[in-house]
Amino acid sequence: MAFLVSHPDEVKIVSQRFGLGAISIDRYLELNGYKAIQKTLAMEPDTIINEIKNSGLRGRGGAGFNTGLKWSFVPKQAPKPKYVLCNGDESEPGTCKDRLIFEHDPHAVIEGAMIAAFAVGAHTAYIYIRGEYRYLSLIMQKALADAYARGFLGKNIFGSGYDLDIYWHGGAGAYEVGEESALMESLEGKRGIPRIRPPFPAVVGLWGGPTVINNAETLASIPHIILGGADWYASLGPPKNGGTRLFCLSGHLERPGVYELPMGYNLKKMIFEVGGGIPGSRKLKAVVPGGSSTPCLTADEIDVPMDFDSLMKRGSMLGSGGVIALDESTCIVQFALRTMKFYQHESCGWCIPCREGTDWLKKTLARFHAGGGIRKDIDNMLYLSENMLGRTFCPLGDAAAMPTIAFVKKFRSEFEAHLEARGCPFEKAGVVEQLPVLA
Amino acid sequence: MKFSPQFEQRFEEMVSHYPTRRSVLVPTLLYAQDETGYLSDEVIRELAERLELTELEVRNVISYYSMLTTRPRGKYHVQVCTNIACLLRGGEEIFEHCRQTLGIGGGETTSDGLFSLAEVECIGACSWAPAVQVNYDFHENLTREEMDKILGHYKKKGTQ
Ligand SMILES: Cc1cc2nc3c(=O)[nH]c(=O)nc-3n(C[C@H](O)[C@H](O)[C@H](O)COP(=O)(O)O)c2cc1C
Ligand code: FES
Repeated sequence: MAFLVSHPDEVKIVSQRFGLGAISIDRYLELNGYKAIQKTLAMEPDTIINEIKNSGLRGRGGAGFNTGLKWSFVPKQAPKPKYVLCNGDESEPGTCKDRLIFEHDPHAVIEGAMIAAFAVGAHTAYIYIRGEYRYLSLIMQKALADAYARGFLGKNIFGSGYDLDIYWHGGAGAYEVGEESALMESLEGKRGIPRIRPPFPAVVGLWGGPTVINNAETLASIPHIILGGADWYASLGPPKNGGTRLFCLSGHLERPGVYELPMGYNLKKMIFEVGGGIPGSRKLKAVVPGGSSTPCLTADEIDVPMDFDSLMKRGSMLGSGGVIALDESTCIVQFALRTMKFYQHESCGWCIPCREGTDWLKKTLARFHAGGGIRKDIDNMLYLSENMLGRTFCPLGDAAAMPTIAFVKKFRSEFEAHLEARGCPFEKAGVVEQLPVLA
Repeated sequence: MKFSPQFEQRFEEMVSHYPTRRSVLVPTLLYAQDETGYLSDEVIRELAERLELTELEVRNVISYYSMLTTRPRGKYHVQVCTNIACLLRGGEEIFEHCRQTLGIGGGETTSDGLFSLAEVECIGACSWAPAVQVNYDFHENLTREEMDKILGHYKKKGTQ
């Protein structure tokens, strides 16, 4: 369904089977499928975990935690069953990559989950897919059924003596459910309210058992690392940022799309070469580098390698890989408002700084954009956001506050212009007719 | 309360996948809604009983998830994303256009019951913005003209 694009700078690892019909298990097998799990089953769990650790693979869900390190936190002996949970809730605005993986390479996610399960000693895994992705749930259910039919799942997989079940699970519309602890609540049949940590899921997770939670892209990368080796994978990116990443380019670009580029690829090149630059003769204003929760970079700040550490140094984050380009016709106040409307809508309401903070920020931004702002509002928005940081039960509060702080600080003059104009000095954020439509 | 044989089969199978029965609740509610159009008192009572929950517990879960509804919607539920990536490429204009064409606002249903309209959050189509989901079907890289065609298509399909 979704359109595939490509660019010569791409290094296709996770996306290497896109468009090749790997949705069929036979095709997947022809394309090196289910080889990594067989290799893994002959390895020691600790060796697997070390291999993943050394590959420098960091979580593709947003936080960027070293995957092997996360797996190593799972206790060897546990009184309760262990689990692996694949996070396919993909709801961070700007992010549309897991969708492509599920659509084109569902078995890679299954195989990645199998390897993770074997490495940590889990006999059950779940693949959670957001409710809106119904067609992908059907694809995944079929893929799982095919894997069972071949005896790749169930009892004694590949004759190893190891038993492993993997099941599909579906959501029903909620961003917060992508947060790992809320995800477990949702899977247990409850409202997606986050859990207090510690204990972390690796120690106390699903039904109290140790649980590894990984993003779909993270898991889909695992088989490639097992086959290609940790050194090869690590060498694709800068130190501690191994591999490639699916970058979802969106917004004011000539060639938006999902591209797989090495970690550390220059953002400016990504915007102007891979994404084809800004349509028309308009100029770039800002880039949101890693999904709606990451602080924006101004056009002058985008000469930066896209890896977790480099962006952190620039005061932003690599996040979930959603790269959104904003051209000069964009009203930052309107953009900040729409961002905050989202967080206010999605806040689960459990803790006060997040529930009230997002609501006040949304109301203030709405009033401001409509021309009813007062000068004091500008600093008030900063004050509110800064007081949400680190004070919420889960990082949704931070995800709402961080981009707001950047918008206000970096584009203060635009906020002031709204005061002077008593309304929005921009016409509209985007004009459909002027944008190229992909063929 | 009668669901389809497919629903029953899936339900039985899913229940066996988890250590607790209530774990199937969220996906089951959505499957039930797909069959009945909305989660009526009767559906809620039935599922609560099957999963050994109180009706209140089930309602508590329903109210949390944006796709679940306790009121009927149109046969075709038009969900327009106006979140940031779509905003930049005309998502709001698409929403406004749907409002005018259908003559209803967000959260409303046309009098013939054919269409309902909603402004939704990111649906994972950001690189193909602006995007709309009609029931479960994605429509992407939209323009007003394209949207007209899509609505026309569903109108024809729904009145046949
Ligand atoms: C509000 C919120 C929403 C999140 N949504 C997602 C999501 O949709 N998908 C995802 O993989 N991770 C999401 N995360 C990150 C998860 O909590 C978790 O870190 C991740 O799934 C771990 O997998 P990884 O280490 O492979 O990235 C979200 C986090 C927060 C705070
Ligand atoms: S912002 Fe509209 S699909 Fe992501």
